[in-house]
Amino acid sequence: MTARAAEQRWLTWQTIDTGRLVLLSATVALVVIAVARATLVQFQDARSVAIVFGLYVAFGELLRLALPGGREAAPIAMSAALSYAMVLQVAGAGGPLATNAPPLQVVLVVAAGMLLGSLPHIAAGRRAGLTGMSARLMAVTCVAFAFHPFSGYLLGRPKLAFAAMAALAVLGWLIETVISALIRADDLRARYLVTLADELRVQWRLGLAAGVSAIIMVFGAEVMGVVELAVFGGPLLVIQFAFRRYAGIRATYLQTVRALAQVTEVGGYVESGHSRRVSRLALAIGRELGMAEPDLLNLEYAALMHDIGQLSLVEPIPGGATLLVSPEEARRIAEYGAEVIKQTGVLDAVAELVRWQWLPASGGPGAPPLGSNVIRAANAFDDLVAGSTDRDRVAAAVDRLLLGADSEYDPRVVAALVTVIDRLPASRL
Amino acid sequence: MSRFSFVTWLYIAAVVSAASAVLAPIRAGTEPIGFWIVCGVLALIFLVCDSTPIVLGPGQWAWSPSSAATLAAVALLGNRGAIGAAIVGASAVVSIRRVQIIERLFNGGMYALAGYAAGMTYHLLGGRHFISISHVRQVVFGGHLTGYTTFQLSIKAFVAAAIVHVLVNHGLVWGMLLVDKTSRATVRQAPAWGVPLLLTSDLGFAALGLVIAALWGTLAPFAAAIVLVPLYVARWAMGQFAEQQRAHTATLSALCQAVETKDFYTRGHSERVSKGSGMIARQIGMRNDRAEAVAFAGMLHDVGKLGVPTKVLQKQGRLTEEEFAAIQLHPMRGLQIVREIGFLTEALTGIMHHHERMDGRGYPMGFAGQEIPEFARIIAVADAFDSMTSTRAYRKATKIPDAIAELHRGAGTQFDPKFVDAFVAALEREGWQLREPAQPRGHEILTSQDHDDPITPLRVVEGM
Repeated sequence: MTARAAEQRWLTWQTIDTGRLVLLSATVALVVIAVARATLVQFQDARSVAIVFGLYVAFGELLRLALPGGREAAPIAMSAALSYAMVLQVAGAGGPLATNAPPLQVVLVVAAGMLLGSLPHIAAGRRAGLTGMSARLMAVTCVAFAFHPFSGYLLGRPKLAFAAMAALAVLGWLIETVISALIRADDLRARYLVTLADELRVQWRLGLAAGVSAIIMVFGAEVMGVVELAVFGGPLLVIQFAFRRYAGIRATYLQTVRALAQVTEVGGYVESGHSRRVSRLALAIGRELGMAEPDLLNLEYAALMHDIGQLSLVEPIPGGATLLVSPEEARRIAEYGAEVIKQTGVLDAVAELVRWQWLPASGGPGAPPLGSNVIRAANAFDDLVAGSTDRDRVAAAVDRLLLGADSEYDPRVVAALVTVIDRLPASRL
Repeated sequence: MSRFSFVTWLYIAAVVSAASAVLAPIRAGTEPIGFWIVCGVLALIFLVCDSTPIVLGPGQWAWSPSSAATLAAVALLGNRGAIGAAIVGASAVVSIRRVQIIERLFNGGMYALAGYAAGMTYHLLGGRHFISISHVRQVVFGGHLTGYTTFQLSIKAFVAAAIVHVLVNHGLVWGMLLVDKTSRATVRQAPAWGVPLLLTSDLGFAALGLVIAALWGTLAPFAAAIVLVPLYVARWAMGQFAEQQRAHTATLSALCQAVETKDFYTRGHSERVSKGSGMIARQIGMRNDRAEAVAFAGMLHDVGKLGVPTKVLQKQGRLTEEEFAAIQLHPMRGLQIVREIGFLTEALTGIMHHHERMDGRGYPMGFAGQEIPEFARIIAVADAFDSMTSTRAYRKATKIPDAIAELHRGAGTQFDPKFVDAFVAALEREGWQLREPAQPRGHEILTSQDHDDPITPLRVVEGM
């Protein structure tokens, strides 16, 4: 587990790309400007307000949230940063303590808070999460620059202020999401628009919660003052708790399916590592084909369990290669596997993908679903190559798949497979 | 409705009449219009929250943020706060959830009393009202900032009110559990994280009530509406969590079944061992999450049997040393499969050591006595019992009393006596669902030996 994480981190560094580089350098430039300004210009209003908001951001970064699909979110940090950017007036004992801060001061305070909050992560050996923080800081910066000129006018006009804040919170969220989607598309080598759609779909609820919480905090600060703002931690912590449990069970679910998919390997039905390799290859092909995330998850489950039907065989197929059995036998195995998966009552889509994997891409009673075609091709490729890194063997396997494109395999899928293999050896997928 | 005992009826009647006594003096004309507007909006919020609870586990465990509305009434209405909170709480009677009328009455009474107590606490400790209910325009359209001083002077009283609300609410529910048997059974099924979650969320909801009250001055009823948005998000995530958890359990059990379909006679074995292990764990009062883990371990304990060649399982005569070794390896094989499932941790030890014996003659490690992990000792009992009470190719199913006698005979040498006793006690309490004896249909694999069977141990050529 750790070895793989380390390897992946190394790969991440190796493949550091233009998108990430541009984002990080822009952030550094922004922070440098903000720091330079702070040395020249006095802090506006009470420092305690800035410090409390900075600490709130730090707390939010500390409680970062791992979301399904290897994402990270920091809803508490985001809502604290947005509310500092849009705060109208902070109540204090002897009159208002502070009004809306100048944008570069917001940048400085938020950046300091983020850095502080990421220190424990670094100390614990987790990723610093620079990319995510940069995306959030960019979003907050835009919101601060857009809001500050009107803040004086909006004070005392709560309804108008509410509308403006809602619009800017949406804007901030969109900026953050677009940036993360850009980086993610690069990382996963997926299509940008597909990644953006996935990102919007996964993040909108948390974004909504963070935005609304920010607005509530802005209005709350007018009444409650700055320290009592901590009371808003309550609702956000409930959300945090709920999402953490959700992400946890999603990860466990995937682990369970991955582990139990190995029963066919331990039983000697298929070669060791086959299910895992097929699922990785299928996932890469699916991304190349522009499949959306929910479909990719189904594809991953189906690819992991595609051989589960072999459990119905009394004696394992030699070498476990389903490529070698007769179509009737392959069909029986696929249908039995689909029945097993259907038993769960919750994975019907996965069962369908497994059911149709025996069907040639053309010439069957109907066209099999795309996911089944992907599994069929990935499975055939792995049966032929069997985890070997020998170039000739890979080339031979690719040739055989290309020969079968049209009749046996879906030509689009084979083309995507070739692209994927060319980019990275199958062993490194 | 006859499910309630006389004492339960009496208890419910007491709660409802106390609430009625609190609410009785209210007349429409005695309160200003602003009071009714606030109560109306908050009652609506209360009902929205109450109607969309998240079911957290088996039985009635649900999570609803409705107390935020009651506590907001406390801070908004000042000296009328107790009555107002009681009215808001009493709206639980008209909940649009499908609840029996008697439960509605009890809930309404309970929330009304909790709200009233919270309101009295707030008022007595000098909490201020956040808005002026005599100005209808302000109540409806807002635009009047609640003063910082008002807030500062009230916060301690509000915290006290929130604590009183939690105490009365949970106290009355607890009283119900004391007098009513069926509710007690529900509590037993509650998930392990139920109580911390309830307490955390109660705190969070109290904070929400304060937020609604603080924002009402500027944003009026709209304040209440936007505060619900983060709650909706939390609810969505909890719902997803519950759904995924169900899906996970279903998938786990379906895959285990797939593994054992290979062998006709052991079908359903994992499921029953899982159930039996869970029964023992509950009987000895194991913590809920560990009981869940032991049930998972029971479910997965034989998953490694797939690594044993079919011909060994089918062999009629004595086993050779190698064949016996192949069988002895299956707990390790199982471990190899499930090792990467993160949440199992302690369950892994149960899977690996479920064939150890108390006298140290088991496999794979030959551990003895307390060296054997607790989970493994539990599973061993359920495993042997299910094997004995199921039909095998070479014998009919043993009757339950005979199987129990056999467990007692093995207590101390093969099984941990503590868990044998616990299992027997749990059997008496909960009973045991025997599998209907079925006839093999021909194409299944029929094993001729069962490695789990303590009555007919595996026969090995050279003996042990």
